Amino acid sequence: MTLLSVRDLTVKFKTRESSVTALDGISFDIARGERVGVVGESGAGKSITGFALMNLLSRPGYIDGGQILFEGQDVTKMTPKQVRAMRGNRMAMIFQDPMVTLNPVLTIGQQMIETLRAHRKLSKEEARQIALVKLKEVYIPSPEARLDQYPHELSGGMRQRIVIAIALLLDPQLIIADEPTTALDVTIQADIMDLLLEMCRSNMVGLMLITHDLGVVSQVTERTMVMYAGRIIESGRTRSIINDPQHPYTQGLINALPQQTPPGSRLKQIPGTMPTLSAMPQGCPFHPRCALATDECRAVMPPLTQYGEVQVACHEVQRLHRELAKMEAAQ
Amino acid sequence: MTNAATKAGTQPGTQGRDSGALLQIRNLERRFDVDAGFLESLKFKGGRIVRDTRAVHAVNDISFDVHKGEAVCVVGESGCGKSTVARMVASLLPPTAGSIHYEGQRIDTLKGRALLPIRNKIQMVFQNPYASLNPRMTIGQILEEPTRYHNRGVSTGEIRDKVTQVMQSVGVDPNWAARYPHELSGGQRQRIAIARALTVDPQFIVADEPISALDVSIQAQVLNLMLEMQEQHGITYLFITHDLSVVEHFGTRVVVLYLGSICEVADTRTLFAAPKHPYTKALLSAVPQLKDDRPNHIRLKGEIPTPIDLPSGCPFQTRCPQANDRCRAEKPRGVTQPDGSLVACHAVEEGRTEPGVESGMKEAV
Amino acid sequence: MTDQSVENTVLQARHAPRLRAFWDSNIIYAFRHNPVAIVSFTVFAVIAVLSFCAPLIAPYDPYDPAQIDIMNSEYPPAWVNGSLPEFWLGTDDQGRDLWSTILYGTRLSIIIGLCAVVVQAVLGITIGLLSGYVGGRTDSILMRLADIQLSFSTLMVAIIFLALTQALFGSEVFGQYAVVFLIAVIGVAEWPQYARTVRATVLAEKKKEYVDSARVLGFGPVRIMARHILPNSLSPIFVISTVQVANAIISEASLSFLGLGMPPSQPSLGSLISAGFDYILSGSWWITVIPGVVLVVLVLVINLLGDWIRDVLNPKLYKG
Repeated sequence: MTLLSVRDLTVKFKTRESSVTALDGISFDIARGERVGVVGESGAGKSITGFALMNLLSRPGYIDGGQILFEGQDVTKMTPKQVRAMRGNRMAMIFQDPMVTLNPVLTIGQQMIETLRAHRKLSKEEARQIALVKLKEVYIPSPEARLDQYPHELSGGMRQRIVIAIALLLDPQLIIADEPTTALDVTIQADIMDLLLEMCRSNMVGLMLITHDLGVVSQVTERTMVMYAGRIIESGRTRSIINDPQHPYTQGLINALPQQTPPGSRLKQIPGTMPTLSAMPQGCPFHPRCALATDECRAVMPPLTQYGEVQVACHEVQRLHRELAKMEAAQ
Repeated sequence: MTNAATKAGTQPGTQGRDSGALLQIRNLERRFDVDAGFLESLKFKGGRIVRDTRAVHAVNDISFDVHKGEAVCVVGESGCGKSTVARMVASLLPPTAGSIHYEGQRIDTLKGRALLPIRNKIQMVFQNPYASLNPRMTIGQILEEPTRYHNRGVSTGEIRDKVTQVMQSVGVDPNWAARYPHELSGGQRQRIAIARALTVDPQFIVADEPISALDVSIQAQVLNLMLEMQEQHGITYLFITHDLSVVEHFGTRVVVLYLGSICEVADTRTLFAAPKHPYTKALLSAVPQLKDDRPNHIRLKGEIPTPIDLPSGCPFQTRCPQANDRCRAEKPRGVTQPDGSLVACHAVEEGRTEPGVESGMKEAV
Repeated sequence: MTDQSVENTVLQARHAPRLRAFWDSNIIYAFRHNPVAIVSFTVFAVIAVLSFCAPLIAPYDPYDPAQIDIMNSEYPPAWVNGSLPEFWLGTDDQGRDLWSTILYGTRLSIIIGLCAVVVQAVLGITIGLLSGYVGGRTDSILMRLADIQLSFSTLMVAIIFLALTQALFGSEVFGQYAVVFLIAVIGVAEWPQYARTVRATVLAEKKKEYVDSARVLGFGPVRIMARHILPNSLSPIFVISTVQVANAIISEASLSFLGLGMPPSQPSLGSLISAGFDYILSGSWWITVIPGVVLVVLVLVINLLGDWIRDVLNPKLYKG
């Protein structure tokens, strides 16, 4: 059952005289309890997607078109009051830096109780009990003591756990996690990822995990979307994308990882850099860096097309599939 | 060269196989005072005012060598002192105790002009390419300034040639000389930062997390560039990173740090094939694997203690599944293993690791 | 051959016209889209150009006793009954044409303001750079000096200093060198403003990796301060400079009003206001009010410009 349905979402950023397109008509769905990874490099538009879903875009960014249907309601058409009722309640967000979410001058308990009471009619004592339960759920040792501590008294990993507890406070349907472990150490990172995975599984919460780390995506998510220059260029089951990437960019991204080459030899790098929003090339945005680019790629933007279980936006993949179909027909 | 060799011979503890080492780090220590100034150090304790200065023990008694042509990687989590080691080797920070020798010459006590010859040999590449280039200077100025400074009396034409040549060698279009850093992307800036280090023709580059601020596809480009420089110019690297997949690819030898102390020093292949220290094992198991569906990492209990209040005994004992009373009391010393790696762990020394790891894992899961 | 062509393109790139880039730059763009900034700048430019062209456009020279006739004193401005057509802003108590005197006086006020700020800036930036970069004991000593200096009000220091010099050298000599004394005293009294701001910026910049990289490259501390840290600390310096020019003009006017600044023979805006103050109750209000309005407008537009510059150069707004 679909929880979130995004159709032709376009986000633009106002510049001095005109505007640049940061998200160019992206469409995707997230089912209830589904864990979806959004992978891409900085500037690909993955964080902007998260912000747009939460209706958190602030000037100069704005939604230029499209629909975001969350539980049947269009987020883009909500009144500020409806948005506030949705945020934190039905849809929660976890940021890279826990201090973005945590207020340094309030204790953990005050923040959790305040959040609860803003959305539910609860007494302070009831809210405190719920907060305690949630802190226990995310394996925070001595939760009673933590409620009266300030964020700066806790370590980074502990803070991120508390942020996850706050995100889960109102039993949301969808959690958007924007690089939730990038600022943490490797040994802590794995713990937090496990926790996030467990929380989503046991509470049937949908997860949209925004990250640049393919390893994390492969361990946590069921489905993956690869973004490049404000578009989804490949999307499908995480396993099939990691094991058999179709789009040349996805292939390049996976092949560029040091694990993919014998130690000491040259890594398989993708030449060049992602185009900036203001200087988007004609045709496929990846063509200047693509070894397989043809004249068609330089002229026409490839549409995101379904092939079996995956969706890919690439002329070359399309051509291959056409030939495959022809060969099958000939036989 | 001979001069340097004889000097090296006079240093204690540098004989034998270490005499060929390019960089020798011995018993290096660095503390940072938390309570700077007299007034801050006054505390009210038990009804009396006492003087008490707390210090961050960033690096504690570290010794290792870097040989010519190696790429030694220093790995560890934030707060383990790896950047402090880098800054001390690059003479940006004086050690509190211990010594650093380069080609047999002691460099940690040099100051001012006496450091210039060392600056020519040891260069540094920084983590954040957005902060490491002066935003008010053009790329051309950024590269010309050190070239001119270290080649006094050389004509402007020759300096321009040198800059052009360096720019080409790092794969940057020499026409970018007139651009400002903010006009370039992160990867391009890091290339410029590497080019800047190369303008003085160094033998040794200290790279402090040079790719962790970059995107995956760009990381590969920069790492390849550093490998190329190693081949072309015979550069020796001290590479600071937290990313173990990069270590496996790039490093010849690995130094694992935890809370400012060395856990394990080993050849890269040995370390990845057979990690010995419990911390190294946990670190390796925590790296997200691409093809592995179900992660099976060793969960460590607790979090890294602060380097202000170091635990007694082994720094890792608070999180170690094998810690016993000896670990809590006595700090382990590095012991050379049969395969040549150096491990500082009582459990490894006493041979009580293998079953311990298994039970520790089950406990945590 | 390829090297040669590369060299040429590098040279061309170096000398590319910067005018277009300047016009498109953020600061000019922000200026073009801010009416307050445009109006303030225009008003300031008009006042500055007119006053600096005083010898060309002023009908009379207030410094030339031959052109002053005491019989012309206290004529009202053109829109008041009993005015003379040749003095459209009226005349002062000594019979000087008020229009010419204001032009010359404004020029003097602006010059004193600018020069005093230059003195402040040179002192303050040097001390601030040293204090921030060297740190430790040097920093403590210099900053305590700044604190002590700031705990005396500018006017108090200036009054004591100017009264002493006036007594020491006599009014004759003092009158001759009044400009220099004023610049010196206003300049010295306010350097801590610069020193503190610069020190704070240097402390922030010093932590950035480009400074570390300059140190690893072996550059000496003077080069690092002058070539690397100072250019990156200019934004706050610009902001306080505008405010300080306005402050210095006010200080000068206040001192002159108190009779410790410019002598009546070399009128600045302050001494004009002061001179006219005696006549304000006898009906000749214009001698005080007109220079007063000029002073207020001048200080106001400089402060408005300063506000605007602060908004534009604010790194939080500017780089995001």
